[in-house]
Amino acid sequence: MIIEIDSLVKTYTLGGSVIRALDDISFQIEEGEKTAISGPSGSGKSTLMHIIGCLDQPDSGRYILAGDDVSRLSGNRLAEIRNQRIGFVFQTFNLLSRCSALENVELPLLYMGKHSARERAAEALRTVGLADRMRHEPNQLSGGQRQRVAIARAIVTDPAILLADEPTGNLDSKTGVEILDLFGELNAQGRTVLIVTHDRDVAKRCPRQLHLKDGKILDNHQPSGD
Amino acid sequence: MLFWTIVKIAFRSLFANKLRSVLAMLGIIIGVGAVISMLALGAGAQKQVIDQINAIGANYVIVRAGQSGLHGVMTGIKENLTLEDGEAVLDEVPGLVRMAPVVQGGAQFKYYNKNTRSTIQGTSPDYLAIRRYEIDKGRAFTDHETKRMAHVAILGPVTVENLFGRSEPLGETIKISGINFKVIGVTKSKGDQGFYNPDDQALIPFTTAMKQLLGVTTVREIDYEAETGADIDKVLKDISAVLRPRHRLRADTPDDFEIRTQAQFIDSVSSVTRTFTILLASVAGISLFVGGIGIMNIMLVTVTERTREIGIRKAIGAKNRDILSQFLLESVVMSCLGGAIGVGLGIGVAQAIQRFAEFATLVQVSSILLAFSFSAAVGIFFGLYPARRAALLNPIEALRYE
Repeated sequence: MIIEIDSLVKTYTLGGSVIRALDDISFQIEEGEKTAISGPSGSGKSTLMHIIGCLDQPDSGRYILAGDDVSRLSGNRLAEIRNQRIGFVFQTFNLLSRCSALENVELPLLYMGKHSARERAAEALRTVGLADRMRHEPNQLSGGQRQRVAIARAIVTDPAILLADEPTGNLDSKTGVEILDLFGELNAQGRTVLIVTHDRDVAKRCPRQLHLKDGKILDNHQPSGD
Repeated sequence: MLFWTIVKIAFRSLFANKLRSVLAMLGIIIGVGAVISMLALGAGAQKQVIDQINAIGANYVIVRAGQSGLHGVMTGIKENLTLEDGEAVLDEVPGLVRMAPVVQGGAQFKYYNKNTRSTIQGTSPDYLAIRRYEIDKGRAFTDHETKRMAHVAILGPVTVENLFGRSEPLGETIKISGINFKVIGVTKSKGDQGFYNPDDQALIPFTTAMKQLLGVTTVREIDYEAETGADIDKVLKDISAVLRPRHRLRADTPDDFEIRTQAQFIDSVSSVTRTFTILLASVAGISLFVGGIGIMNIMLVTVTERTREIGIRKAIGAKNRDILSQFLLESVVMSCLGGAIGVGLGIGVAQAIQRFAEFATLVQVSSILLAFSFSAAVGIFFGLYPARRAALLNPIEALRYE
């Protein structure tokens, strides 16, 4: 079991009224699964993603990631967990504009304190099919290529989970399909993939779907063979 | 994160905004430049004055007749400093190597139809050594000539000019207060020292001066040369201990003589130039401080502008201290770079002042180190607040920042 979530609650106070963004959520994800977390805006899926991504912490409940309880850790420990166990892919790519593709991919390894970062970063870029674009800066790359750089950066540390937030949101549909295919390939290599999306077509490509509404899981669609 | 990687990132972001970085550094550049050039000016002035003082004489101690009465005001000269006093001091005080009594007076000098009013210094041959006179032409008078009250004179170059114009003075006879003197030497120019001009005078044996020109039995002052490295404070005490009983002074009576040393001169000059230097340096220091505020301002803008970058870095695992050191290093790189440019500017300005304004300047290594480390400290001090702000950003909000 790579992710175990048990009775997660997260509330916000907005203009005096309390909003239960996550209302007692529990589920588990096996290693090597490919799961979509979907739901309309305001359903709590961003909050859930932030907690799974260790950017935020729940008010109550437990979150166990790869065997360790990460629901009550200090900021610096969370930074380490993000660095080592989570690979983020964002809708807007979020690459550093003044750094080359290679330097962007290298970055998580540098924060890890690795010396031989360059070779591993190059390897990750080859995996996503950008062997010939390593020296380019983000503004010299197309949207699809930028997202590939972002995915290379996410997998370079060999994390426990790949966490993608609307990874096709800023891409045309053809490039979007290519990126989803790439997630498929990475999943086929044994990586655990979570895709947060409001797009039903994207969700449908995942064997397992968690559908959120008003902070609760409406539909926990387990794969049964399709 | 590796140190050099952070340095590289810092330089890259400085070069990405060249104009802005230069403007932010300008305050530091000007501040450090001002510190360096002002300290150079102060040190140069001090060195020049001390050189002048050293030119007046060797390691000398002067005993002068007269009482410095209440509050240091001279209350009248008692004519009671004798040659015997002088010799007793030389014999009894350890650390004094030679002495020269001095009597002084104004006199009319005459050579054929040329007339000039000048000063006579009646003294012994050792005076030239103590006061560092050099003979330009001819020779000094001897101890033998002093003993037999010879009528010989060594003239200063200005006096020679006044009396002889361009013709040869050596061997000629001049009249001083109506008495014939043979010119045997001319001193090298020492330059006007303000309070008196050693280039416009005649040096003659003190015996001749006392008996035949001035008609006195006491001397105005006695100059001594101390051994190099002698304890001047002890010498002063010893001189006093010899002279007070000789002058029959009671314990509660103040000295009827005054002792001055070269060290006192240098001390008083140093304290003046030190005050001057502190004043200049503090003005320069303020501009350095203002430069620091300029850097802080730019760093705050930079942090706001790069909020999203901070969010990205945090999402992929940067710890607070990684972000802190990144931005801190950026401001330190900026202030050190500004400091280095400022050092160059300061040296350039100091040399320009020396060349065009003809003020002596002296750029000291210590002032370069001081200004440079001060600018690095400014970078840390003024970079800390913006860097802390960056480090404490919430990653979720930072990622959402547009």
